[in-house]
Amino acid sequence: MTWLLLQRELRLAMRRPVDAGLPVAFLLLAACLFPLGLGPEPEQLRRMAPGVLWVLALLASLLSLHSLYAADAQDGSLDQLLLPPHSAWRLAAVKALAHWLSHGLPLLLATPLLGLMYGMHSDSLGLLMLSLLLGTPSLSLLGNLAAALTLGLRNGALLNLLIVLPLSVPVLIFGSGAVGALEAGLPVDGHLSLLAALLIGALLALPAATAAALRIALI
Amino acid sequence: MSMASPCLLSAEQLSCERGGRTLFQELSVQLNAGDIVWLQGSNGSGKSTLLRTLAGLRPAERGSIQHSAALRFLGHSNGLKPDLTVLEGLRFQARWQGLADDEASLLQALKHFGLAPMRSRRSAQLSQGQQRRAALASLALPQAGACWLLDEPFDALDDDSVKQLCALLSSHAAAGGAVLFTSHQHLPGLASRQLPLSGGRP
Repeated sequence: MTWLLLQRELRLAMRRPVDAGLPVAFLLLAACLFPLGLGPEPEQLRRMAPGVLWVLALLASLLSLHSLYAADAQDGSLDQLLLPPHSAWRLAAVKALAHWLSHGLPLLLATPLLGLMYGMHSDSLGLLMLSLLLGTPSLSLLGNLAAALTLGLRNGALLNLLIVLPLSVPVLIFGSGAVGALEAGLPVDGHLSLLAALLIGALLALPAATAAALRIALI
Repeated sequence: MSMASPCLLSAEQLSCERGGRTLFQELSVQLNAGDIVWLQGSNGSGKSTLLRTLAGLRPAERGSIQHSAALRFLGHSNGLKPDLTVLEGLRFQARWQGLADDEASLLQALKHFGLAPMRSRRSAQLSQGQQRRAALASLALPQAGACWLLDEPFDALDDDSVKQLCALLSSHAAAGGAVLFTSHQHLPGLASRQLPLSGGRP
């Protein structure tokens, strides 16, 4: 059933390539604006790159959150997906995975291009990608919870941002901090371990919380 | 309805309030094999809420629900994804509900509602009535003994489709299943009994 649901989610994402491509397009465009605003000084851009790219990745991953459950609720398929004996926990976990595969992974794959544009060294770029690999799934899980909490609310899209942005601060700090630590010659293991710990914590707690929020939203 | 028919779904003393208003109070419902029950009530009387509660989509505030058969629920919305084709949607429904998902069964179910020629069309390209038929097509998959909870299943259907659905409900009940449905249409001869819901009033 998990694979069946994941297949469906990915098929739906592929049927709407514009929706799936929007976060990457936002990331590319916004990343191109920073050098225009800050000036083309290479050292400054290289120094700012991890923070800029992490913030943009966070914002890009938020773009598609609101429709995670709203579309299913509107067309009635959410009822079918949650009918007993199907588990809301599994639905939440698969939705988060599908969101990461269709939105987070493309962001990750677009990062090397932007890293090169910002003049990042290859080791820093590799570490940035590793931190994004560990951090963006947490963002998808957080966004999943926010989408369930705001399901059916009139200003759901805006509330999503207000819920996810503060909660994603630790991921942002440890993600961009890892690259900063590497460039300062400091050990990065701590940052990566904390990112991994956040991901494990999110995996354990957030699908269950999302499932509870979905059940409440359906009442 | 025979007294010897096995009970497929039993709800005892259900109560529900919404916004300070009682929708139903100490309501008991029993669906036996062979039953086709017409849940009647005016708009806002709690018919949909009762069906959702029986289906397990919302918890009962008070009372208990027990069922010995598989429950199928179809709400106001069709539950179709606009970007999936009719066949893809039905195949997903069949697998998700553990029903027969072989090509022959799926095509037969689509044929029952005259949708076989449209199987490769995306749901978004169908009319309202065709979308309703596509949603109902999963009922035509083999599923003996299930208990169907249908919220306004006749909505948007033309006369022929209404007849096809009536025939399907009757054959399902005859095969040992049970149906609880809401409708604002008068469908003579379909329901074996009626269950009036009067918004908490006696």
